Amino acid sequence: MRQLTEAPDHIAHHEHPRKGFFTDTSICIGCKACEVACKEWNRNPHDSAFELLESSYDNTGSLGADTWRHVAFVEQSGQQIEQARESGRALVSLGMPGIGPPASRPSSAAPGIVPSDTASSDTTPPDTPEFRWLMSSDVCKHCTNAGCLDVCPTGALFRTEFGTVVVQDDVCNGCGTCVAGCPFGVIERRSDGIVAPKTERDFTPGEQAATRNVGVAQKCTLCYDRMVDDQTPACAQACPTTSIKYGDREEMVATARQRVAELQTQGMSEARLYGANDFDGVGGTGSVFLLLDEPEVYGLPPDPRVPTADLPQMFKRAGIAAAGMLAATAVAFVAGGRR
Amino acid sequence: MANADCIVIQGSNMAECHPVGYQWVTEAKARGAKVIHVDPRFTRTSAVADRHVPIRAGSDIVLLGALINHVLSNELWFKEYVVAYTNAATIVNEDFRDTEDLDGLFSGYDPETGEYDLESWAYSRREHDASGTEAGSGTTDPDDHEHREDDAHADDYEHGADTSERAAGHQYGSGGPPIEHPEFESDPTLQHPRTVFQILKRHYSRYTPEMVRDACGISVEDFDYLARTITENSGRERTTCFAYAVGWTQHTTGAQFIRAASILQLLLGNMGRPGGGIMALRGHASIQGSTDIPTLFNLLPGYLPMPRVGMDSLEDYLDSVSSRTQKGYWAHADAYTISLLKAWWGDAAQADNDWAYSYLPRLNGAHGTYQTVMSMLDDEVDGYFVFGQNPAVGSAHGRMQRLGMAHLKWLVVRDFSLIETATWWKDGPEIASGELRTEDIETEVFFMPAATHVEKAGTFTQTQRLLQWRHQATTPPGDCQSELHFFYELGRRIRSRLAESTDERDRPLLDLMWDYPTDEHGDPDPEAVLAEINGTHLTGPQAGRPLSSYTEMKPDGSTAGGCWIYSGVYADGINHAANRRPGHEQGPNAPEWGWAWPSNRRILYNRASADPEGRPWSERKKFVWWDEEKQQWTGQDVPDFPVDRAPGSPSDPRAGGAAGLAGDDPFIMQADGKGWLFAPKGMVDGPLPTHYEAQESPVDNPLYTQQQSPARITFPRTDNLSAPSANAAGVGVYPCIFTTYRLTEHHTAGGMSRWLPYLSELQPEMFCEVSPELAAERGLEPYGWATIISPRAAIEAKVLVTERMRTLTVGGRPVHQVGLPYHWGVGGEAFVTGDAANDLLGITLDPNVQIQESKVGSCDIRPGRRPHGAELLALIADYQTRAGLTPETSNERVTDPGTSGAVGGPAAPGTANAAGIPGTPAAPDTPGTETEREG
Repeated sequence: MRQLTEAPDHIAHHEHPRKGFFTDTSICIGCKACEVACKEWNRNPHDSAFELLESSYDNTGSLGADTWRHVAFVEQSGQQIEQARESGRALVSLGMPGIGPPASRPSSAAPGIVPSDTASSDTTPPDTPEFRWLMSSDVCKHCTNAGCLDVCPTGALFRTEFGTVVVQDDVCNGCGTCVAGCPFGVIERRSDGIVAPKTERDFTPGEQAATRNVGVAQKCTLCYDRMVDDQTPACAQACPTTSIKYGDREEMVATARQRVAELQTQGMSEARLYGANDFDGVGGTGSVFLLLDEPEVYGLPPDPRVPTADLPQMFKRAGIAAAGMLAATAVAFVAGGRR
Repeated sequence: MANADCIVIQGSNMAECHPVGYQWVTEAKARGAKVIHVDPRFTRTSAVADRHVPIRAGSDIVLLGALINHVLSNELWFKEYVVAYTNAATIVNEDFRDTEDLDGLFSGYDPETGEYDLESWAYSRREHDASGTEAGSGTTDPDDHEHREDDAHADDYEHGADTSERAAGHQYGSGGPPIEHPEFESDPTLQHPRTVFQILKRHYSRYTPEMVRDACGISVEDFDYLARTITENSGRERTTCFAYAVGWTQHTTGAQFIRAASILQLLLGNMGRPGGGIMALRGHASIQGSTDIPTLFNLLPGYLPMPRVGMDSLEDYLDSVSSRTQKGYWAHADAYTISLLKAWWGDAAQADNDWAYSYLPRLNGAHGTYQTVMSMLDDEVDGYFVFGQNPAVGSAHGRMQRLGMAHLKWLVVRDFSLIETATWWKDGPEIASGELRTEDIETEVFFMPAATHVEKAGTFTQTQRLLQWRHQATTPPGDCQSELHFFYELGRRIRSRLAESTDERDRPLLDLMWDYPTDEHGDPDPEAVLAEINGTHLTGPQAGRPLSSYTEMKPDGSTAGGCWIYSGVYADGINHAANRRPGHEQGPNAPEWGWAWPSNRRILYNRASADPEGRPWSERKKFVWWDEEKQQWTGQDVPDFPVDRAPGSPSDPRAGGAAGLAGDDPFIMQADGKGWLFAPKGMVDGPLPTHYEAQESPVDNPLYTQQQSPARITFPRTDNLSAPSANAAGVGVYPCIFTTYRLTEHHTAGGMSRWLPYLSELQPEMFCEVSPELAAERGLEPYGWATIISPRAAIEAKVLVTERMRTLTVGGRPVHQVGLPYHWGVGGEAFVTGDAANDLLGITLDPNVQIQESKVGSCDIRPGRRPHGAELLALIADYQTRAGLTPETSNERVTDPGTSGAVGGPAAPGTANAAGIPGTPAAPDTPGTETEREG
């Protein structure tokens, strides 16, 4: 019955290796260049009433039909930092997947530059102890077992040759089933919005560009249109600090594990990976993240689970229940008939 | 920066305001560098730094001075470097008196003019000759090109209109004034009490960690961490780098902040070496370029000064620029100047007419934007071109800017969209308050649509002095034009109108070389302009060939070149700015990516990366060294030194210029070839940085009776009132410190961001940032409204209550700081609008570079929205009255020991109100601010 969920080996059928992101939130500077580059490239409408969202420097709130990259800003006290470290240490001692052993390898250096010799020995925690400000750029996870794709009745959502999940705008009928199917709350139907600047400097002077794909399910395509031309997705290209890395998923996961190990060595026991575990509820994600606290802190589900994974069991239970009902009815009839 | 072992970011919010450049900090950190952010606020930079050290805005010299003291008293300075490469051993004039001797003043101060006579600061000469050269000053910073221009761009001007003869620093270009005689007394043992080294030691002896705690609000533990980290990461094997931006420059003592960092970096041996230096982070795409080839009234291209009234001949002028017997490359200023005149006036510039020197305008005073706006208020200015700038929002004292523009006959605004500077006459704050009525304004406003950076080709010069060519992607839509096109066309039309003129004063325009190839739309070819800037041989065997370096420039009219420091960018007829070889295909220095002035050098003064014998200080920090076999300098960069001058060569006292440099004189632009710990000339407000409080500060100067910098430039006017200082009466009326800044999401005054939905939605509303303590004290609700009142204006903003703002303990009592981004403005055209933080600012200037103090001011904050119309004016007036403000408040030059910081006081409570609320600009008004302040 597991076939109800798309089998992970779909991904391996193509000549292209599976592509993905590694978002290293420990070096994110919260510039939001990814949000803007994404909207520019995909010509997504703005997503705002132009009012403060009352959430630190975050004014777009969450991923949705129009915002495919979203940067969260979390202000934390010293106590919260300590809790994050505690929970990180617990992960390590439990031997949870996703965190490798501390590596002694120093960080990579460009040719001709001698790396600093203190890098590996210094264990001073690298943040201000009483306070910190977490920033993290979220994006569609491009799950190994993608709920949205599983439940799509029209086949508008499909798995690309790069192992990513993309909506075909012209096939989608806007039924919205996928919205409930995503355990991360990523996909959404587009309502309306403004694309063009107010300066009448569009391709047709004086006219607003029409918003595309209104009423249709929308989410990150991992810049499918750029990938087919061997280009880097817009967000990764724009990221000034390489907090967003793009490449073969396997390589991304390896880089991520190495980075976690490095941070752990520096005393940042709160560092952990998200989405790199192929045995989680979505079979691992194409977009993996390095987080510095529990996923909930960033607005991510701690234990995402593709809804279709439970379908066999649900059917089974429903079957049993139905059988029970039938039996009960039959018993009732039989019993009643006796009267 | 990527090569640094420690990076101190102070006076800059680098990750937010320079996110692309921040990649190098990220890279350094990945290699193990420590990153420390010293800033009043915990920002996105602090979030990714190893440690954030909160500091009271404006107290940076106390911290830097204490670091200098720490380095000196613990013997942590880099001895070989300091003795060989700095002026530590030089002996200073016996007449010199320090601020420690004179309670906050250096010798030579004239309380009448507020200016210093710099004679007593001079080096002690070995043989005497009359030290008759100009008392003056020059560069912001004699140690490194990289910073001095930062201030210069910010706007310069002279004092008031009445002090036109003043010899302020900017009049000497970047080379500083000449130092006639290269022979000075010195003591290499550094023991003589008048050596620079001993003077330095005495000067900073009171700058202790405890002083830092009491004046800056920095804990002793944080100071120890900072001092330890910097010193552990300096020396032969390691280097520390400082990065700053306008958080250092925009103070009345801004240039001295940078000087203080220069002293520290020289003592630690961090100048001219990879991973060292002091990085001046530039805020716009080509703000570096617009100081190199300046948009400033007082400079000519390549940091040559603008001639002043009285410099009647080219010789007079050149004598003021440099002495032909001084060391270094400024001695060749004649070749640079004559080549410039040849580039501008071609055949009309000949030896017999002094190379058309008389065509250059002469300065008779300061003509910066502030003076210009004040002149507007006096109806002395007819027309105003505003390009790439939004002074109605982006300049200090926005109200004065707007009122000034209302006095113009005509105003031309070139921009992408109808910015507030183009619309203040119908929807500005003064229309709302009733101070201006549209029907009364006689200014004719023209709006010229501008091409964007993708619609035109040309170069950007960035922070590292790197010129990068950008290609045109598409043609501008509609009537939009490039700057080049606009100016070329304007020049053509003016010249054709004047074609018949016989008036002498039109000769400079008519003789101008004004002939560029154009494309089919009439847009001039920018490469032709680049070639002209680079320069060519005019005569001789190489006639017609592009110059390959400024060293080829001649003072005999045989070469032309528009900007000597850019010479070589078009060598061999190749546009080197367009070089695009990816970094991974070259060494770490990537010389084939773009082109850096001068001569494609990536690190200035890189001779200092080798020891006096010419060997690298260490293998790890190897950069440029002496090759014994080839008998020349070599290495990873273009050596910033005469390439064949052997390390041991002595200085020839008779030879000037490059020939006069000894083998161990790495600071080749300085008149003595040394890095200046003590600036005998070049700064108008002191040879050593000294802490003074800001123009407006609720804190008493902990070091001296003298509260503010005695040499700062003030504008005591009823429309430019200042809050009381320190212990003065009324100081409690404006009890908080405010500081202004930028956010990543917006660009300065918003002209390039508030009209774009994708950027506007990211930061949609004006807000202020306050600490939880201040919010509790004043009853400010998170995300509710607050009104912020300064002596100039009252604005409203949403409130962000956050732990990122710290209430500091200064002098034993809490000091609250209010953070204000300055991107929003009042108008009807943008996606997002709001009150402008810059309206709160007054105008008081640094005397070296004439930049306004916009990083610190005094204010009050209270919950709720501000009133409108006449009630708003009444609110501001009420505060002024309660504080007893007069034009004299905080504007006295020398602090009266009796009041210690008090000026004005409660003495004349009536003076400030009604008349003080501008709108009746009968009194002289202060000029506006700056070219859209860099963030």
